[in-house]
Amino acid sequence: MQIYLPIAEVSVNVFLLLGMGGGVGFLSGLFGVGGGFLMTPLLIFIGIPSPIAVATEANQIVASSVSGVLAHWRRGNVDFLMGTMLLIGGVIGSSVGVWLFTYLKSLGQIDLVIKLSYVIFLGIIGSLMFIESLRSMLKKNSQAAPKRKTHGWTRNLPFKMRFRKSRLYISALLPIGIGFLVGILSAIMGVGGGFVMVPAMIYLLGMPTAVVVGTSLFQIIFVTANVTILQAVNNHAVDVVLALTLLVGAVIGAQFGVRAGAKLHGEQLRILLALMVIGVCVKIGFDLVVQPDELYSLGVGGH
Amino acid sequence: MRTLISSLTLTVGLLFNTSLSLAEEREHLVVDLSAHQVEITAGFNGAELLLFGATGGKGDVVVVVRGPTESTIVRRKDKKGGIWVNGENMRFDNVPGFYAIAATRKLDAFLPWELAKDKEIGTDFLTLVPHNGKGDAVATRNFRDALIRTKKKAGLYANEVSEVSFLGNLLFRTDIKFPANVPVGKYSVDVYLIRGLELVEIKNTPLVVKKIGIEAGIFYFAKHHALAYGIFAVLIAAFAGWLAGVIFKKK
Repeated sequence: MQIYLPIAEVSVNVFLLLGMGGGVGFLSGLFGVGGGFLMTPLLIFIGIPSPIAVATEANQIVASSVSGVLAHWRRGNVDFLMGTMLLIGGVIGSSVGVWLFTYLKSLGQIDLVIKLSYVIFLGIIGSLMFIESLRSMLKKNSQAAPKRKTHGWTRNLPFKMRFRKSRLYISALLPIGIGFLVGILSAIMGVGGGFVMVPAMIYLLGMPTAVVVGTSLFQIIFVTANVTILQAVNNHAVDVVLALTLLVGAVIGAQFGVRAGAKLHGEQLRILLALMVIGVCVKIGFDLVVQPDELYSLGVGGH
Repeated sequence: MRTLISSLTLTVGLLFNTSLSLAEEREHLVVDLSAHQVEITAGFNGAELLLFGATGGKGDVVVVVRGPTESTIVRRKDKKGGIWVNGENMRFDNVPGFYAIAATRKLDAFLPWELAKDKEIGTDFLTLVPHNGKGDAVATRNFRDALIRTKKKAGLYANEVSEVSFLGNLLFRTDIKFPANVPVGKYSVDVYLIRGLELVEIKNTPLVVKKIGIEAGIFYFAKHHALAYGIFAVLIAAFAGWLAGVIFKKK
């Protein structure tokens, strides 16, 4: 059964979309990640124009992070103050990101920048995760919690705040800055940015792991909402029909993913996630290096 | 010269038609479509229209369907620093978004080259001129070819001439197929009657491709009330997420 997407202006099999939503939803439930970094490349791969893939995925992530936050909120795992600081930076960063996106699109370089960002960030995060989880798998006994230390120079930053839930007393500029950088990435890559945000919160801010995911999801809601609205206004690139179809699959898939995840060991999960991240990175990188079949591409001309 | 002759023939033909016997009436080319509107709905997956008509005499028929024109940029990738990056580009104005052609026989059997060029019959004869005018002839050729090749690959330009079939001696019909990614707008369907290497008559029939129903509503909302649309998209996603959270909590 085909469904015509009014903004993307292509006709896609509705079961393919539901299946993609379900598959990525399963993985995101399994690993506790948003799944944007898988869904956006998949959408581009099935022929959705990349600006529409990026903008629509931001819209879909709004939904998945709302339902994710609800679960974490019930368990009291959201640091709202920290989340607010992150989202202040995130909203500013993602606005800059959408502006950059629109500018690069007019230059005809947006596809390249999207792909390069994927290769660079997935490459770095995937390798770090892989090494880290391999190391802790090898010496299982010494399961030390991640070191909670803030770097020397950050202690001297002004605007210190007390974050009770995270048991931290640090400058508000740190979460705002991190939120800003992740916001830019989020806008350009069509991801929530959890895969960058979560490690940054653990290793740079020193937040306890229990509150990291909930807090990250909380701020992702606002950053992706901001990206959705700005993309709708600047690029007319948000396809609600596509977002909702993916959503239905993703919501169901995620429930199965969470259950499957409970049966697997944490370290195994992380190594699998790392391999998947590296896999996506290698695939996109490979496409950039190999000579394409068709060197020419079409774009809509100016006025 | 040939245009002069053909226009003379046309004028003479018209004169005869208006003033002379009923027998001459039959010379008229009559054409119609099974529908003058292609409607894009939620389940749209391409469409097919029937074009039919009568020639009123001997001759060959060529049908050309042109979609709305738009300005199109063609970009070429170059290898820079080990990766393939969009480099040079060329902008073409007045590029038809759709181009299909059908004929009773192989075109070169009855269609003079000058006539094909004049009426832009066949993708080879589409006048695609770069926006900046001048430029290297070879490069322009390459960009133009790439444009047509890409459109063909997308199913928007006809790869080959499809068949116009005769039912008896005077009646003809052909199917016009539109792919799912067909652009919206005003189309023109031109039917040429050619006899003895001369153009006898041209008939034009209008065609509109438009989104209707919810598809049209969403598209209009997104284009003309972009901010409200964006906010609406966020709210609906947030609601769906909340709903999912509530539903699955109870299980």
